Amino acid sequence: MPGKLKVKIVAGRHLPVMDRASDLTDAFVEVKFGNTTFKTDVYLKSLNPQWNSEWFKFEVDDEDLQDEPLQITVLDHDTYSANDAIGKVYIDIDPLLYSEAATVISGWFPIYDTIHGIRGEINVVVKVDLFNDLNRFRQSSCGVKFFCTTSIPKCYRAVVIHGFVEELVVNEDPEYQWIDRIRTPRASNEARQRLISLMSGELQRKIGLKVLEMRGNAVVGYLQCFDLEGESGLVVRAIGTACTLDKLSSPATFLPACNSPSKEMKESPLVHPPSHGCRSTHNSPIHTATGSRLTQSFSVSVPTLIYTGMGSGSAGKEGGPFKALLRQQTQSALEQREFPFLTLTAFPPGLLVHVGGVVSARSVKLLDRIHNPDEPETRDAWWAEIRQEIKSHAKALGCHAVVGYSESTSICEEVCILSASGTAAVLSPRFLQEGTVDGSLEQRVEENLPVGCGFCHIPYDELNMPFPAHLTHCYNCRKQKVPDVLFTTIDLPTDAVVIGKGCLIQARLCRLKKKAQAEANATAISNLLPFMEYEVHTQLMNKLKLKGMNALFGLRIQITVGENMLMGLASATGVYLAALPMPGGIQIAGKTPSDGSYEQHISHMQKKINDTIAKNKELYEINPPEVSEEIIGSPIPEPRQRSRLLRSQSESSDEVTELDLSHGKKDAFVLEIDDTDAMEDVHSLLTDVPPPSGFYSCNTEIMPGINNWTSEIQMFTSVRVVRLSSLNLTNQALNKNFNGLCENLLKSLYFKLRSMTPCCLCHVNFTVSLPEDELIQVTVTAVAITFDKNQALQTTKAHAEKSLQRASTDNEELLQFPLELCSDSVPSHAFPAAKEHPESASSNSGTPAAQRATSVDYSSFADRCSSWIELIKLKAQTIRRGSIKTTVTVEKASPMGDGNFRNRSAPPCAGSTVGVVKMTPLSFIPGAKITKYLGIINMFFIRETTSLREEGGVSGFLHTFIAEVFAMVRAHVAALGGNAVVSYIMKQCVFMENPSKNQAQCLINVSGDAVVFVRESDLEVMSTQQPAVNCQPTCTGEVTT
Amino acid sequence: MTSELDIFVGNTTLIDEDVYRLWLDGYSVNDAVALRVRSGILEQTGATAGVLQSDTMDHYRTFHMLERLLHAPPKLLHQLIFQIPPSRQALLIERYYTFDEAFVREVLGKKLSKGTKKDLDDISTKTGITLKSCRRQFDNFKRVFKVVEEMRGSLVDNIQQHFLLSDRLARDYAAIVFFANNRFETGKKKLQYLSFGDFAFCAELMIQNWTLGAVGEAPTDPDSQMDDMDVDLDKEFLQDLKELKVLVADKDLLDLHKSLVCTALRGKLSVFSEMETNFKNLSRGLVNVAAKLTHNKDVRDLFVDLVEKFVEPCRSDHWPLSDVRLFLNQYSVSVHSLDGFRHQTLWDRYMGTLRGCLLRLYHD
Repeated sequence: MPGKLKVKIVAGRHLPVMDRASDLTDAFVEVKFGNTTFKTDVYLKSLNPQWNSEWFKFEVDDEDLQDEPLQITVLDHDTYSANDAIGKVYIDIDPLLYSEAATVISGWFPIYDTIHGIRGEINVVVKVDLFNDLNRFRQSSCGVKFFCTTSIPKCYRAVVIHGFVEELVVNEDPEYQWIDRIRTPRASNEARQRLISLMSGELQRKIGLKVLEMRGNAVVGYLQCFDLEGESGLVVRAIGTACTLDKLSSPATFLPACNSPSKEMKESPLVHPPSHGCRSTHNSPIHTATGSRLTQSFSVSVPTLIYTGMGSGSAGKEGGPFKALLRQQTQSALEQREFPFLTLTAFPPGLLVHVGGVVSARSVKLLDRIHNPDEPETRDAWWAEIRQEIKSHAKALGCHAVVGYSESTSICEEVCILSASGTAAVLSPRFLQEGTVDGSLEQRVEENLPVGCGFCHIPYDELNMPFPAHLTHCYNCRKQKVPDVLFTTIDLPTDAVVIGKGCLIQARLCRLKKKAQAEANATAISNLLPFMEYEVHTQLMNKLKLKGMNALFGLRIQITVGENMLMGLASATGVYLAALPMPGGIQIAGKTPSDGSYEQHISHMQKKINDTIAKNKELYEINPPEVSEEIIGSPIPEPRQRSRLLRSQSESSDEVTELDLSHGKKDAFVLEIDDTDAMEDVHSLLTDVPPPSGFYSCNTEIMPGINNWTSEIQMFTSVRVVRLSSLNLTNQALNKNFNGLCENLLKSLYFKLRSMTPCCLCHVNFTVSLPEDELIQVTVTAVAITFDKNQALQTTKAHAEKSLQRASTDNEELLQFPLELCSDSVPSHAFPAAKEHPESASSNSGTPAAQRATSVDYSSFADRCSSWIELIKLKAQTIRRGSIKTTVTVEKASPMGDGNFRNRSAPPCAGSTVGVVKMTPLSFIPGAKITKYLGIINMFFIRETTSLREEGGVSGFLHTFIAEVFAMVRAHVAALGGNAVVSYIMKQCVFMENPSKNQAQCLINVSGDAVVFVRESDLEVMSTQQPAVNCQPTCTGEVTT
Repeated sequence: MTSELDIFVGNTTLIDEDVYRLWLDGYSVNDAVALRVRSGILEQTGATAGVLQSDTMDHYRTFHMLERLLHAPPKLLHQLIFQIPPSRQALLIERYYTFDEAFVREVLGKKLSKGTKKDLDDISTKTGITLKSCRRQFDNFKRVFKVVEEMRGSLVDNIQQHFLLSDRLARDYAAIVFFANNRFETGKKKLQYLSFGDFAFCAELMIQNWTLGAVGEAPTDPDSQMDDMDVDLDKEFLQDLKELKVLVADKDLLDLHKSLVCTALRGKLSVFSEMETNFKNLSRGLVNVAAKLTHNKDVRDLFVDLVEKFVEPCRSDHWPLSDVRLFLNQYSVSVHSLDGFRHQTLWDRYMGTLRGCLLRLYHD
């Protein structure tokens, strides 16, 4: 009996009217944990009941504490008929189970109903008393911390990184149980929510046990996913990296640090900058291993980007003696582990030595009913197989580890594609073993790692390369060999030397597939997969060249299976690594050079491509220093071979070598135009429009080349579903449609966020699904972060539009006469692009945010002020105005009016009852310091409607639902005492509609880390402007929000 | 390829002020898109019409979802679904409750009932304001009226507390509620030259001086069905106003009053002779208005009477505003020197307000 859970139900508010006659509600609450249920009294006739209940106490095993969610159900009491449920709240009490996180959960939770959505709120207080349990054979794993963040969390230090942990649990999906035929969809959905909540708890506990076995105390990069396998069941699986973390002493964490994480790395000893590198293989032939296994589990695995035939496992052993030594040491550290995988994408300094390239594996499976949920062996075996394959690919690249590892599935009917990918890497043994590592070796590791380029150096032996690659001497240190192109799934190491800025690069692809059943279907899919992989890779390569860049980070390739098509979407962030050679251009070669007009057409296209490359180089500021050939060093051993890119069948075409390469001395990429398909491809290359001026985008954590972030952030989710007209379903038309869909979506985002410029969309995460025939759904989650205009000025000078130029002049004025500024002029200077509405300013307590077209975070104007003096003046003004207004009514104490009224005329935010909670997919908050991790947020919701039209159609329905999900995440974070969610991710958004029946349903799964952050500017203000702050303490709070 | 679903949800709700204005003005999505295209936004941003359409739809959907909350602004502050910075909340509320001058002039003083609502079609055609916008404005009036009608205490404060409006807007709403409650006639042709601001000004003076709340007495029994302090005129006061009749009924008093005013103003008015000739008529007019206020019907016609009995005669004689001010001041003050007249306080309460109103009403 090692735990006591205590729950108190305080009050409710904004409840729905349940009794039409009185327009009121007689509400009471049921509190359930495990099999125990308590009830509050019925609070008669009120929409704002005050239950103020006693403490309900549950005495439970800690195993249950981990597995079970606390269920709170609000009901309307009915004397004559059954009580009507108003809605429910599920509270995950896991954050209360480890000492450093939250100590109490207390706050207003939205009451959620699967049909009606949010229906009012309930105030709940939850506490846990844990007793020490010394039982060695316990089944619980209380105390293991979980983090979604894929790097070492900011206020911790990694002592040991133990390695990969994985687990999966299966169950029958209540949706597909026989009982579903007699119960309501609502009951069935509630059963599903409850079950998944339970399964996540169980999964987390089991992973925790594994971590304890490894003698770790935390899981970092925890990724939990659901597979809705339909008839065959429900799988909840998770992977993560077990670590032993040390909390950094708290006083240090309160030191003010600088704005950007990159600066942080240099100045603060607290943070572990990810230092890693990577290297990738490129345009390699595809090796397909097809093998049919058991009858029902038909399987095809497709290794990506890697030619396994050549590189034997011994590849690395022939390297230098040092390499071998290092390898041995690390290998021994990794050998004990079945899978030397890390889900991290950023690493403590010194951990990552070399990067080999992207490794991935896919396998097509036929789902069958899970007969015994307690023995999920089949699924385990499937994943083990894939992981084994990944491991062998990494070995072939001369690497003993895989970093930035992730797994995913795509399911359509009974066919399932399992995918895994990561980046093959060589790791230093430093963090991998407990106890001290050979100090001298460690030192040698450091000596041998030139700053900023070490990770680029090839880990494999150049004489025995696993795939044909073009090696040169590193342009940075000139000592080691580097490949000409590098693909990785990890974040850009902060110490990497990058020239210019990066950009989001996407490859998009559709392939039609005949409708088929079972094995025939699986065979068709597995036959298509290699070609898709190949084409996605080709597209990525071409687009990378077109951008004038030479490396991809954060590569994520998603293959989605539908009834009659397959879709591939690859996203990555392209950069120019200074260590790698300058990329060659793209050369177009015609197949039939006889026709004059054709020739002309080709040269026209060539010109366009060359222009685009030149324009992109300017846009992303890629001007690497000119390096003459001699300096580069000794001739490269292997014959200079041209990277050739051929369409489906490779034909030997000798004339290619004779082509004039317009892009300097480096080898050019040759695109052969031998059919209309190829023509289309070249066209589609050129249709990708760069983001409008003032915008950048990337899918990694931060954008290389920008580090002056302000605190203004806006996280968003955008969903689009398009219906394809079934008439023109050809691969070409599909590709075009899909391309258009993605491009338009990006354009819409840039337009919507235009008031935030200069800004960068970070961690842009696209997800594609095919809910039905002819329907494509694209979901994007990202965060827009503004950066300092001054910096933007320098960077966008060359191609700034008029508005930006105006901004620059305004800004100069601002800098010149900082003391003459009054509060009214600040906003107009700060947002030159926004139209001015003088009347709006006056109607709005003088808040400058009123003048902006679309405001996201009004505190940002403060950050943009060039000096604190303006800020203080500005605030003083705001307050003065506010107080004048308040004087009239402040004495009148009407029960609800008082607080509200203060809100209206007091400075914005000061009296707001709802605290602001920030959400971001990044692991940090710009301009702020994370001081505490409160625990993992992992929530699953189902929403259904039978009145789709009345709720504003599918868009209205989903818009409301996503807004509600955000609200519930924020409420849970606030109740834990936090003010932000970092590493937020929407893992699933499954939307189904049936317009003819006026019905729709949606499932959403989100997760992230709840944190407490303190804004650095606050700390600064407090130290530098003490008197000014003292006179208006509420004001400081305003900035925090 | 057609878009089935297209949404954008930010953790902080994006509010585009320009689109909000278009929505409030009652434009359909397509009209709003057309108007935005005309504003040159496509050229400025390089966006396509499709992007604009999707953006507008998105904002309209958001506004539609917010509308329910805007009906009870405190709800907007406490709700959890939309994370909106307080300054933006204030803006949303303020704009939502802002009304068109042309519209308010049409319904000011009318009963806020279904009947009037039916006339919105005509008002829409007449004013060029979309029917949708008319409905919103009418419903706002009605909603505010319903909430504060039965409430005690300062009208402006009540409105501010329950609708979180700015001081300025709350005062305007107080005037609208006051006019609707007392059903003052404002639609007559001869009143057309008056703006909403003129009426609002008068309403404020009347609320301050002529209502029960103005007396500042705490109700003796808090449970008694007291009149709404700020919304209804002080019945007792209106009853007492009959006493003023003596000022015109008693010929001696009238002559004395006239001579006092004339002596004081001689040489100071450019229209002295006209004033002298018209004094009795004007005085009769003003006092009779007071004496009639016991009847609801006459209360409703207050502004018609004031214009007919005072504003128009003076205007036809081309009195400058400064002369009107001098005259009214002297006219009010001189009564204090009338020994036979005993209702000085009553007179001041009446004339103080009326003088303010008349000066405001006296323009072209």
